[in-house]
Amino acid sequence: MSQDNQDNLLIQLQDVCKIFEEEDGTQNQVLSHIQLDVRKNTFVTLLGPSGCGKTTMLRIIGGFETPTSGKVLFEGNDLAGTPPYKRPLNTVFQRYALFPHLNVAENIAFGLKIRKLPKAEIQEKVKRALHLVNMDGYDRRRISQLSGGQQQRVAIARAIVNEPKLLLLDEPLGALDLKLRQEMQLELKRMQKRLGITFIYVTHDQEEALTMSDMIVVMNDGVIQQIGTPEDIYNEPVNAFVADFIGESNIINTAVMNRDKLVTFLGRTWECADVGFGENAPVDVIIRPEDVILDQPREDKLCGEVTAIIFKGVHYEMQVSAGGFNWLVHSTSMWEPGTPVSLDVIPFNIQVMAKSPYSDLQFRRREEDEYEEV
Amino acid sequence: MKKSKPRYRAGSIADGQKFMAIPLLLWSIMFILLPLAVVLYNAFLDPSGGFSLDAFRKVFSSDGIYLHLLLSSLWLAVESTLICLLLGYPLAYILSRHASASVMILVFILPMWMNFLLRTYSWLAILGKNGILNSLFSLIGLPGINILNTRPAVVLGMIYNFLPFMVLPIYNSLNKIDPSLIEASGDLGASEGKTFLKVVLPLSIPGVYSGISMVFLPAVTTFVIPSLLGGGKVDMIGNIIESQFLKTNNWAFGSALSLILMVLIFAFMKATSKYNTEENERGGLI
Amino acid sequence: MKKFLSALGAFLSRFYMIIIFIFLYAPIILLMVFSFNEGRSTSVFTGFSLRWYVELFHDSQIMDALYYTVLTAVVSSLVAAVVGTISAIGISRLKGWQRNSMVNVANLPIINPDILTGVSLMLLFILMKMPLGLGTMMIAHITFNIPYVILSVLPHMRQMDPHLYEAAMDLGASPSQAFFKVIIPELMPGIISGTLLAFTMSIDDFIISFFTTGNGISNLSIVVYSMAKRGIKPSINALSTIMFLTVLILLVVVNLIGKSGRKAKKPSRQPVRSLI
Repeated sequence: MSQDNQDNLLIQLQDVCKIFEEEDGTQNQVLSHIQLDVRKNTFVTLLGPSGCGKTTMLRIIGGFETPTSGKVLFEGNDLAGTPPYKRPLNTVFQRYALFPHLNVAENIAFGLKIRKLPKAEIQEKVKRALHLVNMDGYDRRRISQLSGGQQQRVAIARAIVNEPKLLLLDEPLGALDLKLRQEMQLELKRMQKRLGITFIYVTHDQEEALTMSDMIVVMNDGVIQQIGTPEDIYNEPVNAFVADFIGESNIINTAVMNRDKLVTFLGRTWECADVGFGENAPVDVIIRPEDVILDQPREDKLCGEVTAIIFKGVHYEMQVSAGGFNWLVHSTSMWEPGTPVSLDVIPFNIQVMAKSPYSDLQFRRREEDEYEEV
Repeated sequence: MKKSKPRYRAGSIADGQKFMAIPLLLWSIMFILLPLAVVLYNAFLDPSGGFSLDAFRKVFSSDGIYLHLLLSSLWLAVESTLICLLLGYPLAYILSRHASASVMILVFILPMWMNFLLRTYSWLAILGKNGILNSLFSLIGLPGINILNTRPAVVLGMIYNFLPFMVLPIYNSLNKIDPSLIEASGDLGASEGKTFLKVVLPLSIPGVYSGISMVFLPAVTTFVIPSLLGGGKVDMIGNIIESQFLKTNNWAFGSALSLILMVLIFAFMKATSKYNTEENERGGLI
Repeated sequence: MKKFLSALGAFLSRFYMIIIFIFLYAPIILLMVFSFNEGRSTSVFTGFSLRWYVELFHDSQIMDALYYTVLTAVVSSLVAAVVGTISAIGISRLKGWQRNSMVNVANLPIINPDILTGVSLMLLFILMKMPLGLGTMMIAHITFNIPYVILSVLPHMRQMDPHLYEAAMDLGASPSQAFFKVIIPELMPGIISGTLLAFTMSIDDFIISFFTTGNGISNLSIVVYSMAKRGIKPSINALSTIMFLTVLILLVVVNLIGKSGRKAKKPSRQPVRSLI
């Protein structure tokens, strides 16, 4: 890595492992060999199902947990032994952790008072922070008088008023309703750009991750599955887990790569764009539901029958049984259940992935509002 | 797939605070456990300083006087507890349905702010031969009663002192019952009486249990109430223990009696707490 | 018919409540009334007088006992407040058997019969050749007061957001700053109610004080007990009346303040717990 790149790095995790000792004496490895570089002024999202280790990773960066092995570097300096109160970062906690005995202004001023800033300066900064989160005039309110969304804003104001170089956010929108959540997503993104600080954001919500992030880190079982931009992750998932977790997909785990750009699955041979898997290699194939083209039945295409349809607003979601596989298809045109159809996919939209431990898992959609319970 | 989540409850960083329990540990060893050990030691001590079981032998032999006394203390406490329950449950129920329940509860526990010895002593003036009660009785032409220095007077003193301990836990458990449960029961066709028997009463049982133990435990060990209202004629186990230490100076015998009392109480606690935890666990599962 | 029955029920329950209240209040009212009696008798009222109130302040036995009672209650409940709060925080960080056994041992003074606590401490003090007196009584009171503070602080500790402490540190507070600026203020309601509970337990204690004091140091309960055999001086009634009325006034004031302040906060459903 060149010197120039090195300077651009804010935080690095090098071979970080974390093992929790359970009460019954068993050891539970929640992070294994995490390797991550975070550049300055980016919005990074740690994405994964609950229990995947993303919160633990955030807490290690925050200094609330000590890694069992490995190093955390901040601008090149090892953070080991630096307690949380000496780290140049702030955290927005999952349930905000606002101090109930203090009012809004006192909560926001907490960190500034600890640093013993002059009174006038504190007032000024608190006012600006309140303005930034659209909470002007709320300074005297008690925390218990605020709605969830307002508490959320206060928690953010309390963190950014200290002008940290890094802001850690642990599922901050988890407790909000959908509409408010979408509003806050955009606002957070704007805030990150305007403040020019790095956000590390933990969530289990893939839509949230795709909307906000410059970089997404997909995790499962304590292991990083893939790091990349939202486009990368969505279009080129590296394995079945990522494909399933990000967006909806048809994952066919019985495919065989005949040779470069030719793959066989569901009894047919398909042209595709991928190369480099060798000859006659078993692979996984993923096809996004919106990439499946439905048409009248034709001899030279894969044929099947529509089994169910749901109107989703922008499109119809249909189940199509074809080639012994239950396809999920999104289309703006409607096909009645029982109608015989043909399916086609253009080569570019057939995504071939190497086999992984997740190939044979029966994937189920995650519940919408699940987030880590404390 | 069984995968336990990491525990963030206390947070690793706050784990160091567990050392704050050390002062308590030291204090407890010094002033709770060590004193009990001294009692245990004394119970097995003979006057010359050797080991002996004489104290325990005395409890269980000597014509069964002490055994009989132990049993009669227990019975007196059981009696008082049952009367407290019979008087207290309806009262707790009435209070829980009262419009201004919290004020009534305050009025109800207010007497407890006066020194309990004085309150108990005051009954002497009421129950005495020429006391208030007998004056009232003679005014309306009733024959006088003379229960002072008898068992009934002691029971009355117990009820007077311990009734709030029965009422409050029952009241609390009645108060915790979700009103919609009672509405639901009515909605499903249960009469008011049926609703009480099938819904309210079962849900208030934990309160009844804690009320019983809060009355029974002090009742079985008290020596003040029998000493004041029983006039030294109604002895309970507590009085015997007191006199072993402060009058006859038979520490071994007093210690042995204390230990037996403690064992009885822990047996009682075990019996009731078992019920309580089962109740809680069931409550947690639903 | 139904209407008649429910009216009858309402009447009966009111009647029952009044009977019980008379039962509870009769001795107290009697005691207060006779504190204004001219004579010594507690059953024949011979005329109104403030004689016993005047005598009260000249009675050195009662005034000394009052002094020791209040001194013991104040010091022991404050010490218990500090030790109990620290202990409750420590206990809340313990797990499994350590936590259970710590809680069980700490609660022993509440579960054990007072007479056993009193006797066992007395034996310990004698064994350690500590002269019985104010110091030993103080230790005994602290010992039985600590669990009351722990019991009322622990639930607050459990309810507290586990991330508050971390949040304070995250904002730059050192562990001790986080402790005093966040944890303690959060626990304050529990600490106050626990301390008040301990204070009243200490004021009212007879049995444990009875066994652990000596050297002429008595609290009010002991004075009452020793007087009971010979007949209680009405001055004690006068003192009790003063104390009772003080508590009554304090309660009314606290409740009025609480009522006006409560609208802003969550309604607290436990005025009862803090009083018993």
